[in-house]
Amino acid sequence: MATRFETGRGDQVAPSLPASEKGAAFRRLKDRAAAAVMAVPSVLVIGLVLAITLALVVKALPILSTKSLAHLLLSSSWHPLRGEFGFYAFIIGTLSVTGLAMAISVPISILTAIFFAEYAGRRLRAVAKPLVDLLAGIPSVVYGLFGVLAIVPVVGALGARFSDNPTGYSVLAGGIVLSIMVFPIIISVAEEVMRSVPREAREASLALGATKWQTVRHVVVPSALTGLVAAVVLGFARAFGETMAVLMVVGNVVKVPHSIFDAAYPLPALIANNYGEMMSIRLYDGAIMLAALLLLVVVLVFNVAAAIVLQRVARRVA
Amino acid sequence: MDKRKLEEALFKVLMVLSTLIVMGSLTVVMVIVLMRGLPALNLAMLTQLPRDLDRQGGVLNAIVGSLLIGLGATAAAMILSVPIVFYLQKDYAGRSRLASVVRLALDILWGIPSIVYGAFGLIIMLYLGMHGSLLGGIIAISLVELPIMVRAMDEVMRLVPKGLKDASYALGATRLETTTRVIWRQVLPGIVTGILLAFGRGIGDAAGVLLTTGYTDKLPTSLMDPVGSLPLAIFNLLLSPFPEVQQRAYASGAILLAMVLLVSIIARVLARRFERHVVR
Repeated sequence: MATRFETGRGDQVAPSLPASEKGAAFRRLKDRAAAAVMAVPSVLVIGLVLAITLALVVKALPILSTKSLAHLLLSSSWHPLRGEFGFYAFIIGTLSVTGLAMAISVPISILTAIFFAEYAGRRLRAVAKPLVDLLAGIPSVVYGLFGVLAIVPVVGALGARFSDNPTGYSVLAGGIVLSIMVFPIIISVAEEVMRSVPREAREASLALGATKWQTVRHVVVPSALTGLVAAVVLGFARAFGETMAVLMVVGNVVKVPHSIFDAAYPLPALIANNYGEMMSIRLYDGAIMLAALLLLVVVLVFNVAAAIVLQRVARRVA
Repeated sequence: MDKRKLEEALFKVLMVLSTLIVMGSLTVVMVIVLMRGLPALNLAMLTQLPRDLDRQGGVLNAIVGSLLIGLGATAAAMILSVPIVFYLQKDYAGRSRLASVVRLALDILWGIPSIVYGAFGLIIMLYLGMHGSLLGGIIAISLVELPIMVRAMDEVMRLVPKGLKDASYALGATRLETTTRVIWRQVLPGIVTGILLAFGRGIGDAAGVLLTTGYTDKLPTSLMDPVGSLPLAIFNLLLSPFPEVQQRAYASGAILLAMVLLVSIIARVLARRFERHVVR
């Protein structure tokens, strides 16, 4: 390995040597071949995104040809046996669970990110950051189990007093479990974005006599704002598609929820619970795949938007 | 105390409180799952197949199944992601239009929920006439793992000092030689971490395997056999009306959590060990 760097060999292998040098030409050929081989999986990645989209569109077409998309999305009549597939209850279910999770998670995550980025000392961060990463690594089914063991009973007790659903399997339980799951995503992106704000901007503000918090509020947060929005959007997209943990605590009743104590039935749960029966009922498979397509489209739009914003932030740093 | 200081103090309290909530929820999740799971855990859970409608025996089928799915998917994802990560370097496609499209595609893949990968896997399997199987699970989970792995590796790749590459090029080395002899050692900790991180996600993913693997109490003998997995074992056992079966769900939860934590610790230890070779 080390011989590579020894003097006396290097002078023979400069890439600018004429191709007539047999060794150099061969090495350059190897280099080109390797580059071509490496390009293949990279291009496959683009193909994969297209293939997933295309496959879901093709599978969802049969149901899209029976009714208009608007009708499917806005009808709340879900009777697969009668051929009626209205997604409204599922869409509202997803939005309410996700919305609640974001309402809990966004302020907590952003404040934590500010704390990590601006206030916490190096050593505290060295301990805390891996723990936040750990939060991201816990499997969703474990969060679901945690929800069943710890959140559902508490929500059930509250529900018994304040609503007519004493089971605890509800939008609120789903929202709480989901909020914990999106903590690490929002925190890590938000922290990174705030770190990319140049130090000089902070110093200028502090030199003018601003307190640390004023600097954060009037300098750091405004200049990181688009990136912070991207962090929230990424968290939202993750929450929107999360399946197992939500499915386990949210009740899965096909009804539009009217309070946070009501059960709901989010789109991912619809797919997870019914893929087994979908082949035996006409158009049902189309409906399930349309649900997957809806998830994909929403998540794709949100992620692309966030990616574009974050790429711009990264370019500013570089 | 003037108003500015008061505001500063107030938000400081809020920030510390938020951080405590985040750290607290991590602790609470782990403590509750382990506390409820460990009492129900015994050697039979780890070493025996389920018997008597899940009331006897263990979840060996699920443990082995999860490991097989995780290993297969991680190997497949690794074969794809290592070349991608090197290809995205500045030396190769780094600044081209193609590279930015690949990056965007990876960001999209990163965001796609695993249930959608499961649905995609299911479509492919129906198209090929396959049934729920180990192979189907490996395909779906490798798609789940791929963007996670690439992202983790790419992060480390960016930290390679430019001077190191320049030194190698100045000596006349080609890109390939620079990659395989200089950069490789620099990024090995990141590559190992990325692989283990993705493996941890792979064994814990439920939605992806739900649609693609089927479920069985037996051990698989071929890639085409249906296979059990820990996430689905937890999910199924929890639905049982019998408390003693639910206990086994808690125990399975503790097993899965312990496995994921173990993988994460190993990743850190290995990363630290390989970091000895890294030039900063």
